[in-house]
Amino acid sequence: MNIVVCVKQIPDPETPASQFAVDNAAKRVIPAQGIAPVVNPYDPQATEAALRLKDAAGEGKITVISLGEESARDAIKHALAMGADEGILLSDPDFENIDNFQTSLALARAIEKVGDVDLVLMGRASADWDMGVAPIGVAEQLGLPCVTIAKSMELEGDTLTVERVLDDGFQTVEVDTPAVVSISNEFGEPRYPQLRQIMLAAKKTVQVWSADDLELEDEDAGEDNRWLGLEALYIPEVESNVEIIEGDSPEDQARNLALKLREAKLI
Amino acid sequence: MPGTLIIAETVEGAVAPLSFELLAAARSLVDQGGGSVSALVAGDESLAQPLFEHGADAVYLAPAGSLVSGYAETGVAAALAACEAAGAEVVLMGQTSLGRDLAPLMAFRLNTAVAMDCLSLELQEGRLRATRSCYGGNANAEVTWRGETQIATLKLKAWDALEPDTSRNGSVVPVEAAGEQRVRVISTEAAEATGVRLEDAEVVVSGGRGLGDPSAFSMMEELSELLGGATGASRAACDLGWYPPSQQVGLTGKTVTPNLYIAVGISGASQHMAGMSGSKNIIAINRDPDANMVQVARFAVIEDYKKVVPALIDAIKGLD
Repeated sequence: MNIVVCVKQIPDPETPASQFAVDNAAKRVIPAQGIAPVVNPYDPQATEAALRLKDAAGEGKITVISLGEESARDAIKHALAMGADEGILLSDPDFENIDNFQTSLALARAIEKVGDVDLVLMGRASADWDMGVAPIGVAEQLGLPCVTIAKSMELEGDTLTVERVLDDGFQTVEVDTPAVVSISNEFGEPRYPQLRQIMLAAKKTVQVWSADDLELEDEDAGEDNRWLGLEALYIPEVESNVEIIEGDSPEDQARNLALKLREAKLI
Repeated sequence: MPGTLIIAETVEGAVAPLSFELLAAARSLVDQGGGSVSALVAGDESLAQPLFEHGADAVYLAPAGSLVSGYAETGVAAALAACEAAGAEVVLMGQTSLGRDLAPLMAFRLNTAVAMDCLSLELQEGRLRATRSCYGGNANAEVTWRGETQIATLKLKAWDALEPDTSRNGSVVPVEAAGEQRVRVISTEAAEATGVRLEDAEVVVSGGRGLGDPSAFSMMEELSELLGGATGASRAACDLGWYPPSQQVGLTGKTVTPNLYIAVGISGASQHMAGMSGSKNIIAINRDPDANMVQVARFAVIEDYKKVVPALIDAIKGLD
């Protein structure tokens, strides 16, 4: 059984809003000083899902793919330390600032290059752009079915049974492999890499593939060839209308807050 | 005459309210740029009239059950057929379980892009420009489409439905939904409603790392119970083991939209804001006046929660 897990490195979503900055002209987020980028919070759950399937089957190979800058190696290493087997970094100047359509194509080409893949697992969305489009894009580029927002999964033969999270409930679906599945945070806690595994992961190789290696045409990548044009990126002006509740003592402030809440018919 | 197509949804056999929000958004685009508004809905002909009354000029009728979550592969065939028949250049749907699957699927089939969860739309020289929130609400992005068809999902409740006009009418055209459905739906269950679910609560009291002490959560629970609400926590607090992960509010936790959200000792990083920024009234209790949560709040108390929360509980009890 061959499983591919796609992971992404993003700016830490725990970054305090006061340290979040945007280069408006370049339409990019300026990395906050002293706050390292992290693995997209949904992605370790995708790796966890792959590891559980491999554990249940007693065999299989898990290949981790990330599209990003050189630093995205850390996101791959994290998955390798959790127990994945091999890593591939898709890195090329033409991959900078591309959209999810272009990313989906590059990931799909890489998955085809890996070959004989039974299952592709991805986080339900990336926490930076928060679109959740890439899993469906990868599936469409590969001509495979896609099941989104999975909270649990079981494989029997070629049939995958997936429990999905809906807005107002849950849904159980079946799909034949090969397929693409996006994993939600409801899947459960991902395992924490142990020191020994971290040391083992350091020895696992990470291949680097460029746009040429993926046989992408010039017009398939590059910021200028985005299908979704990014016209502006800015921090919205939050008009702060906060009313600070004053008082002679904390108890007095609390009483004044209770009165305000009652006045506003909130309690 | 280019048009705008909306994908309506149904709930218990009636048109779902979000469909009317989509029609209001489509109507305002057509008012600026011309063209007509079409709606695609799955079910019987009686669904058409409310869509006309809320702004549709034409209704495309797909077989019942073809536009529900889990069936995006079937639904996309109907959506593509309606899009072609209507000559639509703009396709709008809701950011729902269905829209999250259907919008990208349709976009990839049409070789065009999709923008998810848009907050506002405008036309520039006849082309769509959408604003959407990203980086956990820290930034806004404005996007445009290169491909001919411009597909977007809209944030729920970001548009107000138009007043129904019972004199409006239009044509009803059936469309097929003959997509290859490779994903087989076995069962769909509604979430169980036991006690006050965090996601349904009208009042949520959440604690964060700023509580400094796991036992302080009993104080949060006392306040939320008093207000008939639910208790939540930030990821930082859950990671510290102070509160169960099932009660985490945020990007990797639950999304809540209560009428009243009381944030105690939570600074307001985007991870947390992503799960509660839709709250209608935010109250911050925090010692840091510059905390993001204080900035977005309606009311804030800048004090030590250990003194404020017990006094607040007493004061609320004394109100009646």
